[in-house]
Amino acid sequence: MSDREKTHKAAIVIDNLTKKFEDVTAVDRLSLEIGKGELFGLLGPNGAGKTTIINVLCGLLEPTSGSASVGGYNAQKEPEKVKELIGVCTQETAVFPYLTGRENVQLFGNLYAMPKEALKRNTDELLEKISLTEDADRRVGKYSGGMRRRVNLIMALVHDPEIAFLDEPSVGMDPQSRRAVWDFIRGLKQKGRTVILTTHYMDEAEELCDRVGIIDHGKLIALGSPGQLKDKFGVRNLEEVFIQLTGRRIREGI
Amino acid sequence: MNIQRVSVLVKKDLKKLIRDPVVLFLIALFPVILTLAFGTSFGALGSSPATYQVGVVNMDSEGLYDHWSQYFIGNLTETKILNIQNYPSNETAQTDLLQGKLQAVLLIPSNFGQSCNSFWNTPTNPSLWTNTTVQLYLDSGSMFATQAVLPIVHQVLAITVYGELPSPSARPIQMSNPSLIQASKITMFDYMAPGIFAYATIFITMTVAQSFAEDRETGLLRRINTTPTTPAEFMTSQAISNMVLALIQVALVFVMAYLVGYHPNGDASSLILAFIIVSVFSLCNVGFGLITATIAKSSGAATGLAFVFIMPQMFLGTFVGLALSPTAKAAGRFVPSYYVTDAITSLLLRGAPISSPTVLLDLAVVSICSIAALLIGIALFSKYGKA
Repeated sequence: MSDREKTHKAAIVIDNLTKKFEDVTAVDRLSLEIGKGELFGLLGPNGAGKTTIINVLCGLLEPTSGSASVGGYNAQKEPEKVKELIGVCTQETAVFPYLTGRENVQLFGNLYAMPKEALKRNTDELLEKISLTEDADRRVGKYSGGMRRRVNLIMALVHDPEIAFLDEPSVGMDPQSRRAVWDFIRGLKQKGRTVILTTHYMDEAEELCDRVGIIDHGKLIALGSPGQLKDKFGVRNLEEVFIQLTGRRIREGI
Repeated sequence: MNIQRVSVLVKKDLKKLIRDPVVLFLIALFPVILTLAFGTSFGALGSSPATYQVGVVNMDSEGLYDHWSQYFIGNLTETKILNIQNYPSNETAQTDLLQGKLQAVLLIPSNFGQSCNSFWNTPTNPSLWTNTTVQLYLDSGSMFATQAVLPIVHQVLAITVYGELPSPSARPIQMSNPSLIQASKITMFDYMAPGIFAYATIFITMTVAQSFAEDRETGLLRRINTTPTTPAEFMTSQAISNMVLALIQVALVFVMAYLVGYHPNGDASSLILAFIIVSVFSLCNVGFGLITATIAKSSGAATGLAFVFIMPQMFLGTFVGLALSPTAKAAGRFVPSYYVTDAITSLLLRGAPISSPTVLLDLAVVSICSIAALLIGIALFSKYGKA
């Protein structure tokens, strides 16, 4: 165990983080700790600030104030070290259409400087898990939307990261594919990986997450396990928790 | 700098060239088609003459039987297809052949008349003939001359020597196998070709701008940015892949130009330096592409905006500039493509050595422009273009 691992029990520490875009406050004084091996859900409507939080954690955005550390490294001062630890599945389907599914996955494995053998093994294993082995050598431009989403997901995980950011990973998928992705995410949890899942599907969060943080207008308005939150507000699901907190349904947006 | 990352990104870009039909057309097919079109219009293929300039050196002009050679030359002139020019010596005729003023040189030997006479004295007894050979030299760069002149001369020779008689199987006068001479004939296309090399590379601006804008739109740039890939590694991969692209382009254009009659007047070292200059110039276009991608809101807009850089370079700095006014030509000195065209023209048209001050100055200007454009492009795109 390295010194860093010994001294940092939390995978992610966010301290009084604020991010403003001109007059708009996307994240407002957010403080949060996510433990190692935890599957944490960031819930909120579109525009609530979830993706901004992930961008700050990945070192892509400078916070206006406050700080964030990932795996014990300051995300702003040591972004190169943070990037070695993480895997990011972006909300948009960011794949190269002129490459095959396998080439897309292997490209990202190579960007993490993976050894050849491990890259081949992981690629084959992941393609198998998301049922794309047969289509792996077809160009992604010829894939259906759901297939592209699945490739998009495994591109983030081919290097077996300690911490995975999954930004709306199952959006636009059919129910069967969503279930497959859920199983896949559970597999990450079982392997001891820390997963930060953003979603506006409340059933997805309830099904998968150890804890959830509900974000609205950049503020953390509730934090706890799905069971705790339902008990606290005396409701049957997280959708109703959100309605109680904000007075509107999550799909209505901000 | 991680070589694995750089190499995998370069491979990705080269796969895009092969697999994306739009990029393939713009980078590979368009320059080739352009070269073919200009080559056939202005080059050796397109400017094939209706008559062939043939120099005749008559070494049998003062002998006892000199009327035979005069008769032969007269018959050649009467064909109308051959424009006969008499030369006093083989050397002067060969010089004009080398300079492209002639397509062929015919050397009538000193015993030509004697040979004809010996045939007519004993047409059926070859052992009494005086045998001789008419030498023919052809311009190897003129496809039509090599195909057409030899059979015409053969036919005229047969009529001259044998008249109405059927051409015998054994003959006193032979035609030599024609020697193919590489002439330094300069066509309009030879003037244009250096500019076409520069022209082909200019379009890298558009492909880079499109590619960056598209990768930004689809979130791929952001995604790559979440990996340990550093900006230096990413930009190095872009520089390498576009230099490779430029080399492929110029090689294709060069081969196509050569096939349609381009005559480079330089040795291997000149050719290598020309390729180096074009590949350095490709970096300039990568820089312009990055600047375009920074300004453009979308990949579609990037395509249009790229012409802000393409048009001045195309009109002022490439083969298009040959037809411009002196003022416009002077304005060309403000675009990098002018110096690329000038350097390649010096190397491959004027035959300047690679150490020529003109060429080295051009290379220095292209290098400075390329480094400046690339650095400005990277700085602007990093600051304003990623989002």
